[in-house]
Amino acid sequence: MSASRGILAYGAHVPYRRLDRAEIAAFLGTPAGRGHRAVASFDEDAVTMGVAAARSALAATGPDAAGPDAVWLSTVAAPYLDKTNATVLHAALRLDGSVPALDFGGAQRSAVGALRTALEAGRSTLVVSADVRVGRPGGPEDGGGGDAAAAVLVGSADDGPLVAEYLGGATATAEFTDRWRTPGDAHSRTWEDRFGEQAYAPLGTAAWADALAATGLTADDVDIAVVTGLHARAVRKVGSSLGVAVADDRSGDVGNSGAAHPGLLLADVLDGAEPGTVVALVVLADGCEVLLFRTTDALADRRPVRSVAAQVADRVDVPYARHLSWRGTLAIEPPNRPAPNRASSSAALRRTDWKHGFVGSTDRTTGVTHLPPSRVGIAGGAVDDMDPAPMADAVGTIATFTVDRLAYSPSPPVVFAVVDFDGGGRMPIELTDVDPAEVAIGDRIEMTFRRMFTADGLHNYFWKGRPARG
Amino acid sequence: MASHGIRDRVAIVGMGCTPFREHWDRSLDDLLIDAHGAALASAGIAKDDVDAYWYGTSQSSASGISLATPLRLDNRPVTRVENYCATGSEALRQACYAVASGAYDVAVAIGGEKVKDGGYQGLNAFPIPTDGTNRTLTAAAMFSLMLPAYAEAYGVDEDELRYVVAKIAEKNHFNGARNPLAQFRRETSAEAICEMAAVAGRLSVFDCAGVADGAAAAVVVPAERATDYTDAPLYVKALSLVAGDGSGLVDPEFDFTTLPECAAAATDAYAQAGITDPRTELAMAEVHDCFTPTELVLMEDLGFSERGSGWRDVLDGRFALDGDLPVNTDGGLKSFGHPVGASGLRMHYEAWLQLRGEAPEDRRVDTLETRSRALVHNLGGYPGEMVSFVGIWGTERD
Repeated sequence: MSASRGILAYGAHVPYRRLDRAEIAAFLGTPAGRGHRAVASFDEDAVTMGVAAARSALAATGPDAAGPDAVWLSTVAAPYLDKTNATVLHAALRLDGSVPALDFGGAQRSAVGALRTALEAGRSTLVVSADVRVGRPGGPEDGGGGDAAAAVLVGSADDGPLVAEYLGGATATAEFTDRWRTPGDAHSRTWEDRFGEQAYAPLGTAAWADALAATGLTADDVDIAVVTGLHARAVRKVGSSLGVAVADDRSGDVGNSGAAHPGLLLADVLDGAEPGTVVALVVLADGCEVLLFRTTDALADRRPVRSVAAQVADRVDVPYARHLSWRGTLAIEPPNRPAPNRASSSAALRRTDWKHGFVGSTDRTTGVTHLPPSRVGIAGGAVDDMDPAPMADAVGTIATFTVDRLAYSPSPPVVFAVVDFDGGGRMPIELTDVDPAEVAIGDRIEMTFRRMFTADGLHNYFWKGRPARG
Repeated sequence: MASHGIRDRVAIVGMGCTPFREHWDRSLDDLLIDAHGAALASAGIAKDDVDAYWYGTSQSSASGISLATPLRLDNRPVTRVENYCATGSEALRQACYAVASGAYDVAVAIGGEKVKDGGYQGLNAFPIPTDGTNRTLTAAAMFSLMLPAYAEAYGVDEDELRYVVAKIAEKNHFNGARNPLAQFRRETSAEAICEMAAVAGRLSVFDCAGVADGAAAAVVVPAERATDYTDAPLYVKALSLVAGDGSGLVDPEFDFTTLPECAAAATDAYAQAGITDPRTELAMAEVHDCFTPTELVLMEDLGFSERGSGWRDVLDGRFALDGDLPVNTDGGLKSFGHPVGASGLRMHYEAWLQLRGEAPEDRRVDTLETRSRALVHNLGGYPGEMVSFVGIWGTERD
């Protein structure tokens, strides 16, 4: 019998910024409910948030663990068509060229489908899901949506200790049009609420029954169910019919993060689950997917450093107008400076380890770390005698800083610091997720993969610093 | 490394400088023609007397043709020079070496920049294709990095340091108000500058160089023939240039309280000129005050102040028009304006006027009775990665 499969590690990313829904009511004069939604910063997208979640998951496997055999990215908010988005993740995670990177695009269903496919396949796979939910101002997704990412490293017990064993699952598929978006549209549209509720209910019932039958479990054996989908009424109706405790859906403090939400809520449950907990993941998306897991003793030692709850608690509110400008809904006046040119694809390929992986070089003779990597050392005179210096996980200290209110930025001002890394290496670099008024010499900085700007439709990805929140 | 210099081997015998302005009604060609004409008239020569040209422009045009065409030069060699904001001084340095070598008898260094046709405020670098990982910070922000670092290193209160650099702008506006060619001719107070909105770190717009169009030129001949052209030539005492290796942005040892390229160029220049105490031997200095913190740090890097005490000397007025060592008597980049390719030659133009006693009376230095040399400092780039020029000129041939 083959080794059991399941989850080797997981991670999640909730952006630092939140929108207080009361701000929508104050701005538009129409009620938008209570609580907050998570807001991707102007320099975040499905790819960068996916990188953050994936780094969190891979870090939990420890430094000596083998990397995944494949990386898959599912998102409804893909930064690119034609070009694969997962290859950016692949580069930022510094995966080997033999590891395939694939996109699963187009619908919420893809994300849970990718997870299920990986669980039932034969290799270790890093399944990443991310979403940026954009609604029209005052619409349900404007306040009720959320931006987030999740990553689940799937594999067999031969690949490492499973934190949750996959017990089995079931699918119900149906074609009906409750929610749709035409390519090029920024937001989705929906049919009247009552229709989806009655369409989803029997699909949930059927998939749940099939999943229990397939695993030989009863509802009483299931400790907690994560029930999610973009149709809130259907989710509530199906959830209440399972006969199982339903996990908090984070609608009050994150919002519904679409394709990312199943992974995010699963991570949230695993963050607090005892060993031996049976967890059901029930996702309503053009049908219903049910996946059943049982946590193991290994979970306690392989959780990500930052839990979902910790990320939800670590937040700063963003004004509603700024939220709208970050999503392109509200066009604001940029500084009257030339916008940057597109990055050169050929130059980027030559330096992909630096640009995507934040890998510098360390002089073998002097031990001096060079950022960016250098063929000739600043001391000692050696040429082509350097080792790669991966610095993405390094933490550093601000030597000096400034706030540039003149430079072009998609969201001025530019906050910028000279960062000296522990163990060597200096990098003058833009900061993000930071209050310009609170930067100080001596502050601790960690690195985060971000989208610097977009020119000519070409997204320019690189690393920024942010206050260390370890 | 050897740096012998060409002390007393060549001399400037004529100079010209246009007003630095937002010259909406004048092209780069117009400015070059005017500066060239003024320099030649100053030396008492005609176009046919000039053997070779070094033409400095940062990004207003590309080749020697851009000078030869508007001046309609007759089969003359014209070399286009570019070295960031030190371009003007670099053109002069090349012209001096060409004359010193014996290759030419009369050379002209000319620099010009048309910055106001771009449609954006401030100076904007020519976009070179990159991998997208380079900084997009403004020069103002890069130089503003020095203020918190200086305050931290020397225990100066940040508000006081902000006032200190505003005093530098106040001084340079005071001087510029006495200069008919300067872009900004209104005095202002440090207090008023401190009240202004910050645009880069603690710096306001008034901590930044003026952005102007302009051109300036110098005529260079062998020293032994200098008095054929003028009774008061300026003899070269030192020409130094250092191109930094960028290590300040890589090496945590660099603390952003100094511009090492400038200190190195000054050391080299003082050795070439035989200067041991610049504070008492120099009559005046023109330095690259692109932003107010730059001038503060330069006072220490050029040896005018002890390390960590430049801020006190600024408050004491040591570098004012009537101070022990007047600095930027023409208003500097701050008040005169900064047409990039012209600025280095404009600095020399002020040394030319002051050392010859031709500066307008209300900004004439009173250090000339005992001193006959001036220093010109011109940099390009940013803290941590820059080129620095230091030249020293004197009215006496040693």
